[in-house]
Amino acid sequence: MNRRIRFTLNGERVEADVAPHHNLVELLAERFDLVGARESCGQGLCGCCTVLVDGRAVSACLYLASFVDGANVVTIESLDAAGGLHPVQEAFIENAAFQCGFCTPGFVLMTAQLLEEKPDPSDEEIRHYLSGNLCRCAAYPEIVDAVKAAARKTAAKGR
Amino acid sequence: MAVKTLNVDQVGRSVARLESRQKVSGRAEYVHNMKLPGMLYGKIFRSRIPHGKIRHIDTTAAQRVDGVFSVVTGDDVRTLVPIPYYGPAFHDQPVLALEKVRYVGEPVAVVLARDPHVADQAAQLIEAEYDELRAVYDEVEAATATIHVHEILKPAGTFPDLKYLEGRRDTNIALDFQLRRGDAGRAFAAADYVFEHTFHTQTVMHTPLEPLVSLAEPGDDSVTIFTASQSPSFVRMEIARMLGWSENQVRVRTAFLGGGFGAKLYIKLEALVAVLALMARRPVKIGLTMEEQFYHITKHATTTRIKSGVSKEGRIVARECEVYWNGGAYADIGPRVTQKSGFTAAGPYDIENVKLDSYAVYTNLPPAGALRGFGIPQLVWAYESHTDLIARQLELDPIEFRRKNILREGRPQAVGTPMRDAAIEACLEKIADRMEWGKPCYRGSAALRRGRGVAIGFKACIAPTTSVAIVNIYADGSCGLYCSTVDMGQGSDTAMAQIVAEVLGMQAEQIRVVHPDTDVTPYDMATLGSRSTYHMGNAVKRAAEDAKAKLEALAREAGAEGSPIPDVFRARYGMQAGNVVGIGTFIPSYQSPDKKTGHSENVTPFWMIGGAGVEVEVDVETGRFRVTKLVNVADVGKPINPKAVTTQLSGAAIMQLGHTMFEKMIFEDGKLTNASLADYKIPGFLDLPEDLTSEFVEAEQHGGPFGAKGVGETATFGVSPAIANAIHDAVGVRIYSLPITPEAVYRAMNGLPQEDRR
Repeated sequence: MNRRIRFTLNGERVEADVAPHHNLVELLAERFDLVGARESCGQGLCGCCTVLVDGRAVSACLYLASFVDGANVVTIESLDAAGGLHPVQEAFIENAAFQCGFCTPGFVLMTAQLLEEKPDPSDEEIRHYLSGNLCRCAAYPEIVDAVKAAARKTAAKGR
Repeated sequence: MAVKTLNVDQVGRSVARLESRQKVSGRAEYVHNMKLPGMLYGKIFRSRIPHGKIRHIDTTAAQRVDGVFSVVTGDDVRTLVPIPYYGPAFHDQPVLALEKVRYVGEPVAVVLARDPHVADQAAQLIEAEYDELRAVYDEVEAATATIHVHEILKPAGTFPDLKYLEGRRDTNIALDFQLRRGDAGRAFAAADYVFEHTFHTQTVMHTPLEPLVSLAEPGDDSVTIFTASQSPSFVRMEIARMLGWSENQVRVRTAFLGGGFGAKLYIKLEALVAVLALMARRPVKIGLTMEEQFYHITKHATTTRIKSGVSKEGRIVARECEVYWNGGAYADIGPRVTQKSGFTAAGPYDIENVKLDSYAVYTNLPPAGALRGFGIPQLVWAYESHTDLIARQLELDPIEFRRKNILREGRPQAVGTPMRDAAIEACLEKIADRMEWGKPCYRGSAALRRGRGVAIGFKACIAPTTSVAIVNIYADGSCGLYCSTVDMGQGSDTAMAQIVAEVLGMQAEQIRVVHPDTDVTPYDMATLGSRSTYHMGNAVKRAAEDAKAKLEALAREAGAEGSPIPDVFRARYGMQAGNVVGIGTFIPSYQSPDKKTGHSENVTPFWMIGGAGVEVEVDVETGRFRVTKLVNVADVGKPINPKAVTTQLSGAAIMQLGHTMFEKMIFEDGKLTNASLADYKIPGFLDLPEDLTSEFVEAEQHGGPFGAKGVGETATFGVSPAIANAIHDAVGVRIYSLPITPEAVYRAMNGLPQEDRR
């Protein structure tokens, strides 16, 4: 019943045996010890399990593991793999844009993706883009500040 | 100082969280992610009926599923623990249901398996037969009902503030607290006006995004419990008591918590995983789904009847309150909510004659306990809505009416304790200023009406409770702090490190904070009720001062006065060796409220004061409204970490916004119909007020570490009534029940009856 899949995970070619009912959160945690994507609501509504599949943010709790066969998967753990923090991560720290931190990886990945699409987003664009991510500590005002700071950092680096 | 150190202010600095890097990179440790070799997953089978006697539990089909390790029922639990009941107020909650089930969702059996999917599938094959009993859901009805959720009540006797709990039988009232001040009857008779209203609040859930999770690892004569808990010391004490063991046979460890808000207090899953692990001789983990979480702990729904006598001059001369707290099927910490929040039910007003009755009531609903504010938001909802209605009726400006009646510094609150370091007046004036109350407010168009409202509330801190801390200075001059305060997002690790660093002349970022581990970190009552900054903060400060004094003595003894710390150790021990260990213990003084009058001269170590100003815009055709402005103002003492304080204030206010505008657990015949984030909505980005500000009034808290006090709950107090008051101001209708939905506003505007409460 298990199926062997091969995919790229944070830049590395990997393979794994997956059962049909395994979702991507389980695959990442059980097989690769990557726990930054976390299952919380289990319905794709909170964004805690966000990962990028072929450059697109998905809710890994609703994404069957077998679907990543042949895909390029990027998780939060890749952002500072080279040692230094990503500008979005720096901006989240400097703006106190998290409290318990459970939802933070999802927000960081979504923000990185937002800034690729829109390097200088308005408050309105930020709120709408991130409206699929929930933060029960409600660090929302600080997250908006962090996204804008990250945009400035990214622009400064680009120059 | 005799030892050479840094001289940079550490307290009052917005230090970034010590664990920042771990949290933004997904590497922070949560129990949610923990695994142990050979670990079994437990899946809970739950009651589908609200009240009934268990006739038979059929586990045969579940046991036959490939990969199932075992299936455990309440009777099995009794083979290991003869009296398997726990609870902080009453020993009323069984590890798994015994003889009776008392609410839909109550744990009845558990399947253990290596594969969580197998456990899940097998749990669905369990069948239970019951003799159904009639059930009771409403807190007022339950207070006098002949249906009894428990036949007999056994007080736990654990906490000194709950010493009035009695062994009772054939009643749903777990505790009735009363307060009598002056002569309310006579004052009402003499009053020029009398006003009376009834208010309701709904059942809501904390929904921490890391759902409740615990993992137990058995030893030969010990057990280690890894748990997302706000109260590791209590867990150890309670598990040891249940097992008949000594405390040193039970080790409780926590990691970062993915939110707590009161959901992760006392015993939740810990007793269950401990018993299962000891029976299975394997590590056992139970992590709830978001859906399951709704069946373990909620916030009390309430009914509050409040009556005031007012003089022609606009002075409140008498107030009477009757509060019913819907505690659900198990008391959890409800009796403390009933008493400790109950005594504030008359509000932050100077009233000579007060009569309060507050009832903790059992019903056939999921258990209710502590949720950010510990009952205060429910009470402020009632007394600030009521206060606003009185002002309107008397055609007095709401701020002016409050100014006339507010409790001023030094005046006794209804309980009898004088208000000290309680910036009620300053908070009210700051709200008025930020709302530009003196200027006329924009009234909107005929279709979109605008209005504004204010509300202010207060809370006493839990007492008498103990915190202990250890500061360990290592021989290279670095330092570790050992304390059992749990960092669930409020930033306690960072604040405590700042206190140590300030005392020792070090850099806060370099202090190592050791997470709660009852084999390592000393006792702390719990991380709750905004107590940590004050209680643990004082213990930590004392521990650091003790370490500093011992270090100075060591320097003198070794003839190394004025040397850097590593040189002191080297001078004394001839190499990089040794420790300097400082210990600090803190317990504030306290006088228990008198059983008959509720009177206490010293009921709290400090007061929390918080209020809100709100502007709303209401669509008169649909009842839809939006909060265009929300101003939070709080008395925060002297902040240890100003940025962390601001985020606590705005976070608490936004959470309360959810509890005000849409969050509601909906029950039909005791069955919860919306246990998921799809049907139970919590605030997201699109729910934020357009203009949201959080400000503090700095007022030094005497007795607090560096003048600080707790702030985690303060911004929840005023939000709900300020919104109701603003809606009244905009469209002239009053909402008496939370949540304030567009439908509720529409019904009120059109004279239609409100929806049934549950």
